[in-house]
Amino acid sequence: MKVEEYQERKVEVGGWPVNLTSYLLDGVYHCKADNVSPGAALARTTGATREEAEKKALERAAHMLRRTRVNQV
Amino acid sequence: MANYAHPDTLVSTDWVAQHANDPNVRVVEVDVDTKAYDEGHVPGALGWAWNSQLCDTVRRDILPKAQFEELMASSGIKNDTNVVIYGDNNNWFAAWALWQMKIYGHKDVRLMNGGRKKWLAEGRELSKDAPKVSPSTYKAAGADNALRAFLPQVQAALAAKNTGMVDVRSPQEFTGEILAPPGLPETCQRGGHIPGARNIPWGKACNDDGTFKSYDELKSLYGGEGIDGSKPVIAYCRIGERSSHTWFVLKYLLGFDKVTNYDGSWTEWGNLVGAPVEKGAAAKAGA
Repeated sequence: MKVEEYQERKVEVGGWPVNLTSYLLDGVYHCKADNVSPGAALARTTGATREEAEKKALERAAHMLRRTRVNQV
Repeated sequence: MANYAHPDTLVSTDWVAQHANDPNVRVVEVDVDTKAYDEGHVPGALGWAWNSQLCDTVRRDILPKAQFEELMASSGIKNDTNVVIYGDNNNWFAAWALWQMKIYGHKDVRLMNGGRKKWLAEGRELSKDAPKVSPSTYKAAGADNALRAFLPQVQAALAAKNTGMVDVRSPQEFTGEILAPPGLPETCQRGGHIPGARNIPWGKACNDDGTFKSYDELKSLYGGEGIDGSKPVIAYCRIGERSSHTWFVLKYLLGFDKVTNYDGSWTEWGNLVGAPVEKGAAAKAGA
């Protein structure tokens, strides 16, 4: 079993930079969304296509990122 | 890896592919995302969960010695086993595991340069099977607290102004704009940083493929902020795991003698009553 079609790209979700990693493994597309800094995972999803896996990951990431409070410094 | 102060603390993905099943080698995956291991891992690798197997689950602390010995024994690790640790997010929690193994005196423990990300991106073999392990007998040394900073030491260092303090969190956590990484739970009452700390986010030590930057690049990165090994260094973050990555870089790749990881970190300092807090960006190094 090996990862195929490995891709990484940065997108913005709710004003936050998010790293989106996706690949095909064992016939299923996997996607992981993590915040760029520090790199903690926000969502890990699967789908029949890359688009489906990424869509689910972005939705979950958006849900989590909405909880982030920003303070005036 | 040739120019690093201790290049023997790193192995390449190629090396792991060739040696993962050697009798005296034990490969272990430690991820931020504890589900990653089950998706597929280096064949023969064990998985350790940072949030249940690499900490005291009752009080806030690293693994007690007896539990550390149990973990090593149940993992088939002997005192002379060559342990290679890797993980997601550029070996973030892999470094946390290595730091604890060094605290308890394990001699031969290394990181797989590039971690899980590089292994996946290179299209290397993965397995979903957990390896069969023959339990070993393991005797840990007493905890070497010279690798660790506790609150009183950080307070003393701050008062004496004789230590380089490196805050490895993101710039927005450092300034106090946010209290935790985006999307993660807030664990402190106040935002900001320890007065005088330099902000050098941990991830800056890595290349895009997850490997560590070269010795010269690292020397320039930290040296540019006045962290050059001429005085002791304390690294901290939010809960002490990102800073264990920086601790590894300073101690083993740059070869600084006196580097400690303040694992109480901002979760401790940002909740202390009366602790001094600085907000906003740091002044220029040397200013």
